[in-house]
Amino acid sequence: MGLPCVHCGEDCGVQPIVWNDKPFCCHGCSTVYQILNKSKLEKYYEIQPMAGIKVEKTDYDQKYAYLENEEIASKLLTFSDGGISVVTLFIPTIHCASCIWLLENLHTLDQGVIQSTVNFPRKQVTIRFDNREVSLRQLVELLGSIHYVPEITLDQMDKTESNHSSRNLLLKIGISGFSFMNVMLYNFPEYLPGGEQLGSLFTGFFGAMSFVLALPVVFYCANDYYLSAFKGLKHKLINIDLPITLGIFTLFAQSTYEIITGQGIGYMDSLIGLVFFMLIGKFYQGKTYQALSFERDYKSYFPVAVTRISDNVEESIPLSQLKEGNRILIRNQELIPADAILLSGKANIDYSFVTGESVPLAKKTGEMIFAGGRQKGSSIELEVVHQVEQSYLTQLWNQDKAAEKPDNQLNTLINNVSEYFTVIILIIAASAGIYWLFNNPGLALFAFTSVLIIACPCALALTVPFTFGSTMRVYGRAGFYIKNTGVIENLRKIDTIVFDKTGTITLNHSMNIHFKGEKPSQETLMMIKSLTSHSSHPLSISIKESIAGDQRFEVTDFQEIPSLGITGLVNGIRINLGSRKFVTGKSDENPNASHVYCFVGDRIAGYFSIANSYRPGLKTVIDELGKHHTLYLLSGDNESEKNNLIPLFGKEEYLRFNQSPQDKMQFIKQLKQQGKKVLMIGDGLNDAGALMESTVGLTIADDIYSFSPACDGIIESKKFQKLPAIFRFSKLSNRVVIISFGISFLYNLVGLYFAVQGSLSPIIAAILMPISSVSVVAFATFSIRYLANKRSL
Amino acid sequence: MTVIILLVIVGIVVAGGFLIGFIWAVRNGQYDDLYSPSVRILFDEPKQADSISPFPEISEDKYPNNSKLNNLTKSD
Repeated sequence: MGLPCVHCGEDCGVQPIVWNDKPFCCHGCSTVYQILNKSKLEKYYEIQPMAGIKVEKTDYDQKYAYLENEEIASKLLTFSDGGISVVTLFIPTIHCASCIWLLENLHTLDQGVIQSTVNFPRKQVTIRFDNREVSLRQLVELLGSIHYVPEITLDQMDKTESNHSSRNLLLKIGISGFSFMNVMLYNFPEYLPGGEQLGSLFTGFFGAMSFVLALPVVFYCANDYYLSAFKGLKHKLINIDLPITLGIFTLFAQSTYEIITGQGIGYMDSLIGLVFFMLIGKFYQGKTYQALSFERDYKSYFPVAVTRISDNVEESIPLSQLKEGNRILIRNQELIPADAILLSGKANIDYSFVTGESVPLAKKTGEMIFAGGRQKGSSIELEVVHQVEQSYLTQLWNQDKAAEKPDNQLNTLINNVSEYFTVIILIIAASAGIYWLFNNPGLALFAFTSVLIIACPCALALTVPFTFGSTMRVYGRAGFYIKNTGVIENLRKIDTIVFDKTGTITLNHSMNIHFKGEKPSQETLMMIKSLTSHSSHPLSISIKESIAGDQRFEVTDFQEIPSLGITGLVNGIRINLGSRKFVTGKSDENPNASHVYCFVGDRIAGYFSIANSYRPGLKTVIDELGKHHTLYLLSGDNESEKNNLIPLFGKEEYLRFNQSPQDKMQFIKQLKQQGKKVLMIGDGLNDAGALMESTVGLTIADDIYSFSPACDGIIESKKFQKLPAIFRFSKLSNRVVIISFGISFLYNLVGLYFAVQGSLSPIIAAILMPISSVSVVAFATFSIRYLANKRSL
Repeated sequence: MTVIILLVIVGIVVAGGFLIGFIWAVRNGQYDDLYSPSVRILFDEPKQADSISPFPEISEDKYPNNSKLNNLTKSD
């Protein structure tokens, strides 16, 4: 163990890079420190020690050249006039107070920056700058140079600001709260003994005031409920919002009638209180994880621009302008945006994100390269065959966009209940009305409306938002982030769980590596390490990382032969690493196993056997989940791991190998056709189709803010062991909902007792409604808290 | 008793003023980010060399026993 890096806190190893007597783990970190030090921004390290971000590579070169393209720049800028521009950039690595401080002091680093403001929950920085002094490209490169690399994707450019709905909800809560407090004041004298002696001047005045204050509440604040009830009716469905709408309108009509005829001041306080509480419930439920994205498609993975070559001139063009027949240049680590034919250069395409296959494919000139792959190695030239939207893989990701997820509005517990509820209430109201029509016609209409008023399912409507809202918060603390509360209900119904292999149950970056054969000396190992550090092949990287120590040897005559191996002279000794065929000359006996043969000096020393390493705690998780669910495993890889997996999943038929993204999706589809409720757990774009198709799709991610395909929930990979507990908790919280329903029905019974007798007075309504709502909300929130603590979630 | 009517109207006007303030704040985006401002307020203003501060700077040497201040600067 060496010293921790002053910039990022990582272990510096045996030979730290020292600048100004301070240790750094790499040149990148030390460079950032020097930049900040020069501008007197060392305070960055005082607010939060070792706050920096480690970035492997800071070679920008032409990477951001596209920002000089007018069209792209204008899409990114939110405002640009008279030399002043404003841009909002998403920086996923923003993580602490130091980040806020540094990013808001950008003007010290560049005079062109006028003001920068960080929105921490969204992980965004909004920069106002003088575009005569600094260009957008320079600005982005400046951020990159201090390791705050902005993520610029097609997705963000097309997106229009969508945060107004939460603002609208806040406005509605504010207005209804204002009306509620005032109207309560006007109605209060009525509830006191002797209140009926209030002079007609006051009743009239208070009545008129509460009528006026109720207007914005009924016609603005509550309009979402009417809309939803109307939408439900259009689909021939009765949802919870229908009895709410009925209740609101009856309350309003009845109260208006009483006010106008001078009988009293009505139930306006109950009406406004009801809307106010329900809006608060909506707000509580609507908590979203602003920096997380659950809706990503290929657009957030694809680059914004591509380098086109026309008449030997390279220019950056927006992806949307890419046409069939265009020649494009793809550099090392860049993504191929459209299906294309290789014209020149050594293509070595890594499709790991698309297919899950970890080994890059070498392509020859004239071969077809599908979009979504990443070039590793030197630059290549391609000719585009299909436009971006029509490429094979983008089509795969986009199809079945509207795949039928059980819609949150339909088919949920609350709507099943409210369907019966509404019908029963209407029957009770009608029978009460008819009964009084024969016995005391004067009371008939009043009894009818009273039932509708008192049965207004305010408490019922609050149950779900508060129970599931609390559950969502419990999950968030446990490292499990869900898109919306509907997911909790769907989780409960799951009976089949499908796992992806690579990256989901195996670890992405650590491999289980053993050397078979005669054990090489430490020096030989160091020589092998030096050789592998010249190659970017995943197997080379795995071997490099498995060898401890940091002695370096000079490598000459290095050659990488695609899909065979690497060779080079290390300290004058020839070392070959690669497939059996490449090293020994014999053909592979077991093509499924990952073996890297090793030739040192004059003989074959043996081979590295490389196997996946599984997530810690996998066995317990699988065993736990297996008790109540059927488990399947889908893998894009070959069968080399089969024997390790059979004991975990039981039977061979639960395992599927060599599955293309399409196969995975088809498999889920079949399960669903058999009436199964399927949970898919995956990690990459290769699972995107399956995730979309499944009842609930979960993504497992090391860094929850980095890319993940469209899904219903994201779970932190560290919290993988908690999965069974999370599933069990969804059942518990559904039980809490049902108990809360019971409680609110009890209140309804009490209210109905008065209502059918035609003796519902405003005071009973005013007491019953808040009490039922508050007790249901308290029960739901506290029981979820209690259960979560008990289960240490 | 009729003074109550006047009081109610005054009450509405005052509360309405706050409501308008709230609406303005929401529209202005002040409720969009509830976290960053809480951190931002703890950052010191950059010291400006040429301007003379009306308040003499408190240095640790001057107040060696001011443990609260020392703790503040040392921890985090």
